[in-house]
Amino acid sequence: MQSSFARAAITFVGARIPRVRWDRFGAALGATLVAGPALAQDGGGKIDGADTAFMIAATALVLMMTLPGLALFYSGMVRKKNVLATMAQSLIATALVSLLWIGVAYSLAFSGEGAFIGDASRSLLAGIGIDTVSPFAKTIPEILFMLYQMTFAVITCALVAGSVAERMKFSAFMLFCALWLFIVYVPSAHWVWGGGFLQKMGLLDFAGGTVVHINAGIAGLVCALVLGSRVGFGRENLSPFDLSLAVVGTGLLWVGWFGFNGGSALAANSRAVFAIVATHLAACAGALVWSGLEWFQRGKPSVLGVISGAVAGLGTITPASGYVLPWHGVVIGMIAGGVCYWFCTVAKYKFRYDDTLDVFGVHGVGGIMGTLLAGVFATRAITASEGDPGVAGLLEGDPHQLYVQAIGVLVTIVWGVIGTLATLKIVSLITPLRVTYDDEREGLDIALHGEALHQ
Amino acid sequence: MKIITAIIKPFKLDEVREALTEIGVHGMTATEVKGYGRQKGHAEIYRGAEYIVAFLPKVKIDIALPEALVDRAIEAIRLAAYTGHIGDGKIFVSPLERAMRIRTGETDFDAL
Repeated sequence: MQSSFARAAITFVGARIPRVRWDRFGAALGATLVAGPALAQDGGGKIDGADTAFMIAATALVLMMTLPGLALFYSGMVRKKNVLATMAQSLIATALVSLLWIGVAYSLAFSGEGAFIGDASRSLLAGIGIDTVSPFAKTIPEILFMLYQMTFAVITCALVAGSVAERMKFSAFMLFCALWLFIVYVPSAHWVWGGGFLQKMGLLDFAGGTVVHINAGIAGLVCALVLGSRVGFGRENLSPFDLSLAVVGTGLLWVGWFGFNGGSALAANSRAVFAIVATHLAACAGALVWSGLEWFQRGKPSVLGVISGAVAGLGTITPASGYVLPWHGVVIGMIAGGVCYWFCTVAKYKFRYDDTLDVFGVHGVGGIMGTLLAGVFATRAITASEGDPGVAGLLEGDPHQLYVQAIGVLVTIVWGVIGTLATLKIVSLITPLRVTYDDEREGLDIALHGEALHQ
Repeated sequence: MKIITAIIKPFKLDEVREALTEIGVHGMTATEVKGYGRQKGHAEIYRGAEYIVAFLPKVKIDIALPEALVDRAIEAIRLAAYTGHIGDGKIFVSPLERAMRIRTGETDFDAL
């Protein structure tokens, strides 16, 4: 059921695979397997107990966002016959991406000096010992930094599934996760956080506006367009199975975001709290604005609207959270509530694309807006630290940062489109992406997993 | 023997059950169903996707009883289930060919 757009798009794709230093990979592999305790390589920092304790907690919070936060959030919104299959996607993404992360993904993202990709020196966590510290997080163990970043990779892959809920094959999704991680996520993480060219250019992305939200949103949209709309989209009743599950999921996401944005300070300090405060206020503002718009336009404020507005606010503040003042968080949240509302309730039906759980409408659009708004609201007093004079945004009189943010957004979108199309093309050579019509009608729980909810 | 099938508003189930017990009917089966007649459904909106749901939740009760009780049963059900608003429901009566109590094997009138 692929559209002609999909066929045209796929013909123009050539996959670009990052050049991996296989000689170094082999050496690292040998060192890990043969040597005894790994040699400690000091990144030049001293491990701090408070920072480490906080980051352990933050890591757990972010993992909780996927399991069970996202699993519940998504499953509550699909139809009963697809609830278990939707949860399975979050579960399998966690298992698969975690293992690939310690394999070579972490290394390619966060070690090495390349402008576009890292190296394989940290494959299988080679060289990471008890005292090792990453240059990107000098006061916590590198193994913790690796684990924290793992949870970000996991949730990004799990998020993409939302756009193609109720129609993607399980095997295709697993292959997609494995490939997309390396083709899109890892390079993007390297460019923005791992010493790559966007970071060197001064791009501000505190907790993942580009790496997580734009990537997930764009990938979701591309997948939704390539796989095509669900059977009955726009005609049949596709209403949610149980929104109370989605509400519980939202709560876990909202609380978990304290670790997602707060933990991105990589230290237990005041900046982490400023990030958390801006995050929480953005969620509240987003919820109220979306709700208010719906109340005004439709006559009733829906529960789905409240939770959607909150998540929109949370996603949008993400890249700006550690750079702005609390009241900026309120403004950013309000903008998110309004703009994402339009994308999810108007644009989707006007342009007829079945971005089922609004990954593009909330995370994609939110990530784009938030990354740009970071360039507007960046506040020198918040962004400054020892030896770093900080960055000012448009409001404080410096338009340059906004320009850098725009480049970051554009690069991320372009590579996201190319990389996702390439990934889908490769996967489709191995297995069909979409389930059959009969399986879609019967429901993915039975068709893909042989299980059912007996409610 | 007859079988009465009545579709009523869900919150009326207890009242109907009590009314039937008073006239000597001591068993029934209740099912949750969806249905519509003259009562209008409602609109549900999920992030811009609007669905008009015609079907409303109702309760269906099935009662097997001797023909002699049918008139009084119908009256009891109607009085108990009545609200005066559209959607109160309907009562149907069908002939019942045979009946058996599983535990004892009693048939027809002895089974009711």
